[in-house]
Amino acid sequence: MDFEPSELEETIERNGTGDSLISVLEEVQAQYRYLPREAMILVSERMGVPLSQVYSVATFYNAFSLVPRGRHTIHVCTGTACHVRGAVQVLSRLESRLGIRAGETTRDRQFTLETVNCLGCCALGPVVVLDDEYEGQMTPKKVDALLKRAMHRSGGEQ
Amino acid sequence: MTELRSPQVLADYRHSIQTAADPQQRRIRVCDGTGCRALGSRKVLARLRETLQQAGLADQVEVMPTGCPGFCELGPLITIDPEQVAYNRVSVDDVPAIVAETIVQGEIIDRLVFVDPVTGQTIIHDNELPFYTKQMRRVLELNGRIDPTRIEDYIAHRGYAALSKVLYEMTPEQVIQEVKQSGLRGRGGAGFSTGMKWHFCRQYPGDVKYIICNADEGDPGAFMDRSILEGNPHSVVEGMIVGAYAMGATQGYVYIRNEYPLAVQNLKVALQQAREKGLLGSNILGSGFDFDIEIRVGSGAFVCGEETALMASIEGKIGEPRPRPPYPAQSGLWGKPTNINNVKTWSNIPLIMRNGADWFASVGTEESKGTMIFSLVGNIRNTGLVEVPMGISLRELIYDVGGGIPGGKEFKAAQIGGPSGGCIPKEHLDVSVDYESLTALGAIVGSGGLVVTDEDTCMVDLARYFLKFTQEESCGKCVPCRIGTRAMLQTLERICAGQGRKGDIETLIELGQEVKRSSLCALGGTVPNPVLTTIRYFRDEYEAHIYDKKCPAKVCKGLITYEIVAQLCTGCMVCARNCPVGAIAGEKGQPHVINPDVCSRCGVCQSLCKFDAIVVH
Repeated sequence: MDFEPSELEETIERNGTGDSLISVLEEVQAQYRYLPREAMILVSERMGVPLSQVYSVATFYNAFSLVPRGRHTIHVCTGTACHVRGAVQVLSRLESRLGIRAGETTRDRQFTLETVNCLGCCALGPVVVLDDEYEGQMTPKKVDALLKRAMHRSGGEQ
Repeated sequence: MTELRSPQVLADYRHSIQTAADPQQRRIRVCDGTGCRALGSRKVLARLRETLQQAGLADQVEVMPTGCPGFCELGPLITIDPEQVAYNRVSVDDVPAIVAETIVQGEIIDRLVFVDPVTGQTIIHDNELPFYTKQMRRVLELNGRIDPTRIEDYIAHRGYAALSKVLYEMTPEQVIQEVKQSGLRGRGGAGFSTGMKWHFCRQYPGDVKYIICNADEGDPGAFMDRSILEGNPHSVVEGMIVGAYAMGATQGYVYIRNEYPLAVQNLKVALQQAREKGLLGSNILGSGFDFDIEIRVGSGAFVCGEETALMASIEGKIGEPRPRPPYPAQSGLWGKPTNINNVKTWSNIPLIMRNGADWFASVGTEESKGTMIFSLVGNIRNTGLVEVPMGISLRELIYDVGGGIPGGKEFKAAQIGGPSGGCIPKEHLDVSVDYESLTALGAIVGSGGLVVTDEDTCMVDLARYFLKFTQEESCGKCVPCRIGTRAMLQTLERICAGQGRKGDIETLIELGQEVKRSSLCALGGTVPNPVLTTIRYFRDEYEAHIYDKKCPAKVCKGLITYEIVAQLCTGCMVCARNCPVGAIAGEKGQPHVINPDVCSRCGVCQSLCKFDAIVVH
């Protein structure tokens, strides 16, 4: 999705002053799945916040990304309960199947693989979230089925 | 829309909801919390509605989505009223039978009821499940009993009665006195007296004051704040309004993790409904008191659970803590007097105001009053959320409420209080669970996360795991935390990789104590705890890693090897095909072999082998 300045102007208008910097960046992140450089510059100008501060906020919080992300995001929960139940093996499987490490995006921009520190569904561990669908009691084997489904859906969207 | 502009109107409204409700109403309650949703409860909910519609029963049978009742292990959970028949692990395929047999004919479906794994006894009714009967549910009482998106349900269960009493019958000082007298201590971890905290905030002069609900529940393995906000958001809202009145605040914030979308959504609905009813906003309940609440969604930074970092984040800055004093009560959000309390603390407030300080203090120990909510996770039978009186023994909590350790394994240690907490070994199972007793053992009550580990957990690896987490989450502002945790992590990683050296244990202790002593905020002040307590109670495991180059629990990759047992291997080739590094070789139908020099010890082969032919040494 290309960056559209007029939409951002509207978002800034709605959120108001510099105190809402994080909320504005969250909306941009949600829309473009990353923070385009032009968007950060515009936020800085319109909200009267130094670009250095926008950049520091954008790089401090885990939810923001400065590079484009995949169409689908896969979160592997590495919280304690998932860890002691084998999240490491699930993550290894995803990394080897997608050919990327956690935090990276596949070259075709279909998938971004992330880890998350506990989603609070510890009874279901290990948990993997594909976009907003939670999958519990994951095993390396179930990873394959999950990826197949995601690719199928991906094909349907294009 | 009924606007509730006086205590009488509220009382009449409550009465009208209560009298209109039929106690014999046929109702199916479906857990709609994050845990059960992940197991498919939304599909069950939709199918139930659809099936009832087709059967022409939609008018007679109500389907109610509820918050999380806590027994996550057995989800998706449904309860059928008025008998309170509890069904667990319900799938969409069970729905036709539930409607045809239980709803229409009143028959119990045996395969869906709870069977006690120890006694083999069948338990049909929700209120007879040992998981619940051994708890003392006060804050969690309504979780699973009401629809969190309907303010009427909360009001019918005496909701906002505390607010009405406070606004019309009590002075702010009396409210603070009541909270002090109850002995309530902050449920977010530090355990400071809530009444004193309120007293300080009221005392400091300021034209504007703020109150904040800290819902940045970042401890891995803790999810009670999320469940309360998902399942009973009005209890938090009511508690905050009472607090605002007592401290003279006009604006409140709930700072909540972005990983908790359902909690954000249910809280939004609750705030909107409270405003529409005149219970939030201007002229609350016609009393002339004005107060409103805004939601701020965090952006994924563990350190924002620290109060000064949290306030910086609300102000739109990066979440770095700052030194205290000044405390938030003196100079907090935008330099104004501010009070911050945890979700659980806020939701205790309406209960204290309604039932009195003495009622609250009637359970607990001398210094720790009331109940505490724990999330039991890890290697435990009844994973879920439980509320128990302060002072319960760790043994009762794990074995009686939690059902003990599954798979015939032996209890090893309980890690209490998340990454800031410590582990408690078997020999201290009879410790009283309260602020002072746990601190004496090197752990903390903390946020209430309780991770149970069994004999298969490596304590060195667990310490490494927690430190890796906290080291990544260290904001980097102060040197001891930024550099100290990194040095500790590198040492632990070396030990786990089989390169431990003499003196490593002593270095870890020295560094740990120094990081605790000299860090700026509570994050650095507590993160060495998992390392220090595992050394204290499991020093022999560290020594086995360092001197014998062995991981007794067979977890640490640098100290284990995978091997295929030739007699068991059928040569199916599944392992060889799936090995990410191509370390497995062998002909079809012939036993395979793993090349230890290439093997990355990822364990995929073992998890895929159908013949249990792969063992770890």
